Amino acid sequence: MSVLELDTPVRAEPHPGARTRRRRLPGKAWQRWISPLVLVLAWQIASTTGLLPTRLLAAPSTIAATAVDLVQAGTLPTAIAVSLQRVLIGFAAGAIAGVGLALVAGLSRKGENAVDPIMQMLRALPFFGLIPLFILWFGIGEAPKVLLVALAVSFPLYLNTFAGIRGVDGKLAEVARTVGLGRTQLIRHIVLPGALPQTLVGLRQSLGVAWLALIVAEQVNANAGLGYMINDAREFLRTDVIVVGLLVYSALGLLTDALVRLLERRALTWRREFLAR
Amino acid sequence: MATRVPGPLTRPAAAATGPVATADGLTRRFGERTVLDRLDLEIGRGEFIALLGRSGSGKSTLLRALAGLDSEAEGGLSVTGSVAVAFQEPRLVPWKRVHANITLGLAVPDPKEKADAALAEVGLTERAGAWPLTLSGGEAQRASLARALVREPDLLLLDEPFSALDALTRITIHQLVLQLWSVHRPAVLLVTHDVDEALLLADRVLVLDRGRIAHESDVPAPRPRHRDHPDLTSLRTTLLAALGVSPEGTT
Repeated sequence: MSVLELDTPVRAEPHPGARTRRRRLPGKAWQRWISPLVLVLAWQIASTTGLLPTRLLAAPSTIAATAVDLVQAGTLPTAIAVSLQRVLIGFAAGAIAGVGLALVAGLSRKGENAVDPIMQMLRALPFFGLIPLFILWFGIGEAPKVLLVALAVSFPLYLNTFAGIRGVDGKLAEVARTVGLGRTQLIRHIVLPGALPQTLVGLRQSLGVAWLALIVAEQVNANAGLGYMINDAREFLRTDVIVVGLLVYSALGLLTDALVRLLERRALTWRREFLAR
Repeated sequence: MATRVPGPLTRPAAAATGPVATADGLTRRFGERTVLDRLDLEIGRGEFIALLGRSGSGKSTLLRALAGLDSEAEGGLSVTGSVAVAFQEPRLVPWKRVHANITLGLAVPDPKEKADAALAEVGLTERAGAWPLTLSGGEAQRASLARALVREPDLLLLDEPFSALDALTRITIHQLVLQLWSVHRPAVLLVTHDVDEALLLADRVLVLDRGRIAHESDVPAPRPRHRDHPDLTSLRTTLLAALGVSPEGTT
């Protein structure tokens, strides 16, 4: 993950509040590149001199060349497509379940009594421990992987959305009553927008855990995807391929995180302008 | 406690119809504690009432009952016509821009124009597109007033809406409220701690104590009033005594 962050030592932030923080850096930004570059250089030297055997860790130059090869051969794009599809389907299913259940539990006491105890019980389960059961139930195809992702995604979203709904200011609900909003309008204008900041926190957590769940699921058994590529490389001691796979995982993780941050910026303008003052 | 018919002197426009709100033996208990104790009150159309009382005297409880926010009050309570509330904190919805806050729940064919007109009246036209969190205290309270007024209420409930404002802003908003009241003529029930505020604004001042109206005074002085007006000075002493405060410093 740190290797990727080399590309963006200075994060561009659009609002003026950030400018003062950045002023410390200009002219010295390059200094932040020194230690990572030294590290990569040392790694390269260790590999070239044979100090670091390739079967433990391939040289940076080899890894870069392998990455190009894998892209050109189409192996990497295909693997990414397969993994991305698993995450997307699993995430969508988990998000619908998590947010849906949070709405049921958050918007009525009966719903809370029905849903929340079960969710709290399931939350205590180590969901990676469910893999053996999932294999027994769903075989070794796509289903157990997608379901593991869905399960992992649903809990952070459920917990945060539920807390968000319950955390909505009761005083605003009173305002809604005095201006004559009905229950549906109350939910639409007050409750859901009020729960959104917390839901977005849940979204970021759940996307992080979605990639984690995918990696674990793909390690166990897979015949396609990034996890398969990595496992297959292990059989042949191809540490270069393994590292390429890991880098791709972290790049995808960073990418989805950036997407959520973009979404937050757009959805929470009312807050940002306040904070940026 | 004698209920009274609103005097005709103060309201040339609205005396024709009955009271806008009537409480008849209104009682509210929280567990063992009786906060409103068989309270009688009549609010005439267009009448400006200030409700004074110490903390815990039941002022806010009465206001909440009149606002329809309390379903557990017992006894008779009837409110004819529309009610709008401005709260102590402005309670603007932070994720709606100012104009959307004004039109929240407003069921008229042209909400946008109504909001623009209301914002112009409170002097907030330029901030129509602003997010509430970027408003100053005075601006937010103006927006809250605009949100109440745009509904053209028959009864406007003000729950200590000036208490969090600085002294200078408070004077401006007092004038604004009087001006808006004289144009639109809603009945106003202003809940406040501040005897001077009550005397400056209201036709009638009520003192609430232990859940009942313990004292009431008409304020006949013409507006605009000055706080040093001799009628107000003597009334101030009376009201402070009714609130159980010895009027130190008054002459």
